[in-house]
Amino acid sequence: MEKRVVITGMGIYSCLGKTLDEVRDSLYTGKSGIILDQARKEMGFRSGLTAYLEVPDLKKELSRNQRVYMPEQAKYAYCATVDALKHAGITQDYLDSHEVGLLYGNDSSADAVVKSVDTMREKKDTTLVGSGAIFQSMNSTVTMNLACIFKLKGINLTVSGACASGSHAIGLGALLIKNGLQDMIVCGGAQEVNPFSIGSFDGISAFSVRESDPTKASRPFDRDRDGLVPGGGAATVIIESYESAVKRGAPILAEVLSYGFSSNGDHISVPNVDGPSRSLKMAIDLAGIDIREIGYVNAHATSTPVGDKNEAKALYNVFGDYKPEITSTKSQTGHEMWMAGASEVIYSMLMMKNDFIAPNINFENPDEDSAKLNIPSKRVEKKFDVFLSNSFGFGGTNSTLIVKNIK
Amino acid sequence: MAKQELVNRINEVLAEEFEKEVSELTPDADIKATLELDSLSLVDMVALIETEFKVKLKGSELAQIKTFGELYDFVEQRLQA
Repeated sequence: MEKRVVITGMGIYSCLGKTLDEVRDSLYTGKSGIILDQARKEMGFRSGLTAYLEVPDLKKELSRNQRVYMPEQAKYAYCATVDALKHAGITQDYLDSHEVGLLYGNDSSADAVVKSVDTMREKKDTTLVGSGAIFQSMNSTVTMNLACIFKLKGINLTVSGACASGSHAIGLGALLIKNGLQDMIVCGGAQEVNPFSIGSFDGISAFSVRESDPTKASRPFDRDRDGLVPGGGAATVIIESYESAVKRGAPILAEVLSYGFSSNGDHISVPNVDGPSRSLKMAIDLAGIDIREIGYVNAHATSTPVGDKNEAKALYNVFGDYKPEITSTKSQTGHEMWMAGASEVIYSMLMMKNDFIAPNINFENPDEDSAKLNIPSKRVEKKFDVFLSNSFGFGGTNSTLIVKNIK
Repeated sequence: MAKQELVNRINEVLAEEFEKEVSELTPDADIKATLELDSLSLVDMVALIETEFKVKLKGSELAQIKTFGELYDFVEQRLQA
């Protein structure tokens, strides 16, 4: 018999805040986390726009021999995971005595790779790269670090699905729990925030160049959008079987009703309409709900001309005349890429738990496709109990999660 | 570089990298135990000595060096060679 999958803890380290309360307040007030980084301009970037967040100093929390293997995104993920475990009421004793899994989205670790290659080229001596480089450089750096720090004993796997990585991690985790293979999984997504990690992305003219007004640059669905703004950080969601949560006496926050997925089978960077539509429909069918129960849609919309247009078409295809509020929190955070699917579940959860929908800031004029949707540019005070969250990525990977409130 | 100056400098860089008090690094103390080195962080000590003093420690040489005193002597001899 399939098990119900519930969310019992959340933690986040983002440009909107380092605690759930800070992030909730930033969402509520429509704060932007975007700045102009002059250092990127000096490096030859077409766009110096980025989300801003500090790399945490974990000297007091972790030993030197633990920190040396951690690139910045693993540090963000550590902070988010400490908070999520605490939120879920999970102690180290619990982790030591249960088979808790780890599925985290991450799809690069460029900074560590660049620095070690620079050392090899300059010094011509691999020893001088240091012991941390190999562990910092691998895509699975976040899961290898977290699994060792928290001594996790269940599934231990990084999900690399481009900008849908974090969403796929939660979806795949939910499937493992639903089928009884794991009782609890630490899921999430992490994204490094440094110039080397996105220089090549800047190189394909994907980023907004509205540098004169950084907080206005990320404008999903707006007619005058001109590209995305890169961001990052980490978000952790603790998911477990309903039985596990009840047995622990844990606070049950919500239920993951379904995970839809699809592949466009099309262009490597240009999204289409059919692929996302299939992911949406799969999630809705599996959730077993009436579409009108969905009170809020957190769109993938990154502020690119074609991406937002095609997602708007897919959403209209699926929702038709029913018009739930649809926003992209990327208007505030920029595109958190490998982290986005997980952070946007948390953003949506915070809205659902606090009866509001954050404004899709900078949505001033619709285009012909976004005009067919209900996209609020101002905050909406609204109670809702089910949301849908979309995440799409390069290569045409799509993921859709539907989550229901549990009070 | 005078021996004591060299000793101080080695202690300083090792204590900083491995986050120990300089006072813990005494000539008779065991390097691995004092700095809490495992097979990976031992590589970082070798890299640090090479970077700071241009003295390369080969595996067979490293195997002979157990205490800080032995390390000081090894580096001093190499610098004089």
